[in-house]
Amino acid sequence: MKKKFARRHVEEAIFKVLMIGSFVLVVGSLGLILLTVIVKGWPALTLDMLTQTPKGGYYLGKEGGILNAIVGSLYLAGGGTLLALIIALPIVIYLAMYASRSRWAATVRLSLDVLWGIPSIVYGAFAFIIMLAIGMRASLLGGIIVLGLLELPIMVRAIDEVVRIMPFEMKEASFSLGATRFETAVKVIVRQTLPGIVTAILLAFGRGIGDAASVMFVAGYTDRMPESLLRPAASLPLAVFFQLGTPFPEVQQRAYAAALILTTIVLIVSLGSRWLSGRLSRYVVK
Amino acid sequence: METTTPLARSIPITTTASRPSARRSADRRAGRLFFAISVLPIGLVLIMIVALVIRAWPILTAIPIGDLLTGTTWKPLAGEFGFAPFIAGTLWVTLTAMIIAVPICLLCAIYLSEYAGPRVRGVMKPLLDLLAGIPSVIYGVWGLIAIVPLVENVIAPALSKTLGFLPLFSANNPTGFSVLAGGLVLAVMVTPVIIAVTYEVMQSIPQGLREASLAVGATQWETIRYAVLPKSLPGIIAGIVLGVSRAFGETMAVLMVVGNVVQMPKSIFDAAYPLTALIANNYGEMMSIPMYDAALLGAALILLLVILAFNVLATLVLYRVTERAAT
Repeated sequence: MKKKFARRHVEEAIFKVLMIGSFVLVVGSLGLILLTVIVKGWPALTLDMLTQTPKGGYYLGKEGGILNAIVGSLYLAGGGTLLALIIALPIVIYLAMYASRSRWAATVRLSLDVLWGIPSIVYGAFAFIIMLAIGMRASLLGGIIVLGLLELPIMVRAIDEVVRIMPFEMKEASFSLGATRFETAVKVIVRQTLPGIVTAILLAFGRGIGDAASVMFVAGYTDRMPESLLRPAASLPLAVFFQLGTPFPEVQQRAYAAALILTTIVLIVSLGSRWLSGRLSRYVVK
Repeated sequence: METTTPLARSIPITTTASRPSARRSADRRAGRLFFAISVLPIGLVLIMIVALVIRAWPILTAIPIGDLLTGTTWKPLAGEFGFAPFIAGTLWVTLTAMIIAVPICLLCAIYLSEYAGPRVRGVMKPLLDLLAGIPSVIYGVWGLIAIVPLVENVIAPALSKTLGFLPLFSANNPTGFSVLAGGLVLAVMVTPVIIAVTYEVMQSIPQGLREASLAVGATQWETIRYAVLPKSLPGIIAGIVLGVSRAFGETMAVLMVVGNVVQMPKSIFDAAYPLTALIANNYGEMMSIPMYDAALLGAALILLLVILAFNVLATLVLYRVTERAAT
């Protein structure tokens, strides 16, 4: 009896060590990734990288920067996020006000969850087919649309989650004053869930700016600054990818610097969304 | 502080008879418009499938499906399209990633859900979000800088020396660009999904179940093992399936570290060529060769259908698990 008692405690102790070990491993690998990117990227990061477009011979190691990719990425992800928001808000409102708990709402939610899982390369291939079919060429606009669709499920789900936990008495209070569903949605729900909406926007932006596989064929790549919606636009993830693919160490160094820039943007967006939603939630009825 | 609440200020109360009906018709119009927009996600899924089927149709009719899926020769110029090496590549990399990631993720989720205090949990949530938010290209860069050399210089020599008699561990590849490198990178990438889902599922187990088990004298670990884990098994499996589908569809990071050699991998140190990498590497220049474009979109179709099936299954299971907890 006593021996058995000891064994079960030994088992618990072993698993506890394993658990803490794997916890440390997960946290450690995040630290390792950030550390690797910083250590490799920092020495190669110069002011020129941030403020200039690639000059002639840039990909052979000559001077220039990746301003085109930075600006292109901001345009692509910014436009995509705006598009996603325009589509996402009506869907969330529809789910919350017009169709809550209906079969249709469940179907829409399921389809969004499924969309979330579809790999970005499939989005890219699909968008490219459509563009070929309507005779459009690789362009900033195409990239914005594909990123918008890619970000849509994240956006809807993130907003939907905060709308769902909103106290239902607020809805009832608004209804009892005679407001219609539409008025309640626009004037009560959107205000009350503003912190959640901001978080969702930044979350979607973060995913959009980091995605390479979807914009690869659709937005193309160019050394020029993006000027028109109908011209190709460069993006940071592809700048990293293409520069790593060259055989020159100097250019590969720049890929690391570009990776550092991209990581920094993503980190700022991620931490910023936390901070902002914390601040905004002061103006919400608790 | 303002004295009037935004609610009272922003909703005018109208008494005339004509205004409410105008407002109500606006409400109805908005409802119809919003309904139309909510068709979009479902429509997008269906259009994606239809578009890919149409564009992949030439190859689906030219070569029997069985030959397409099991054929091992890939010679687009000669019109031979066998997807087997790519399917094998995807399966090898995904399986490796899961073997590494699943035990670690489960242990981590158990720790977070059952043992860790609120402070550790509070730290973990943003960390997992951060990990999930890192772009896949960055994972690829990390893989190139850290994982590929690690496999090449440390893991491959060590494992092939001790376990090299097994074909699975024999190192015939002089570089580190291998199934294992892809698997390691993917393992880190799927971690946030699996931990988050598993953690949530375990949190949805009623506290009373744990108390009952503890009350009859079980240790905390026994409670987890005999009460919590069996009850959360469907949800855990769903989480793993979601992780698998994420790994299946990952493109850039894998592409950068697996080597991209068209072959059937025999060891974890062999190079592989997953489906996603096939599409990403060749899609640009496919136009000139007949059937090539159909073949690549066929690959995209395979990916889409597999992932669709996985996601629908996992999501439905998770809906049921969390709904049960909510009621």
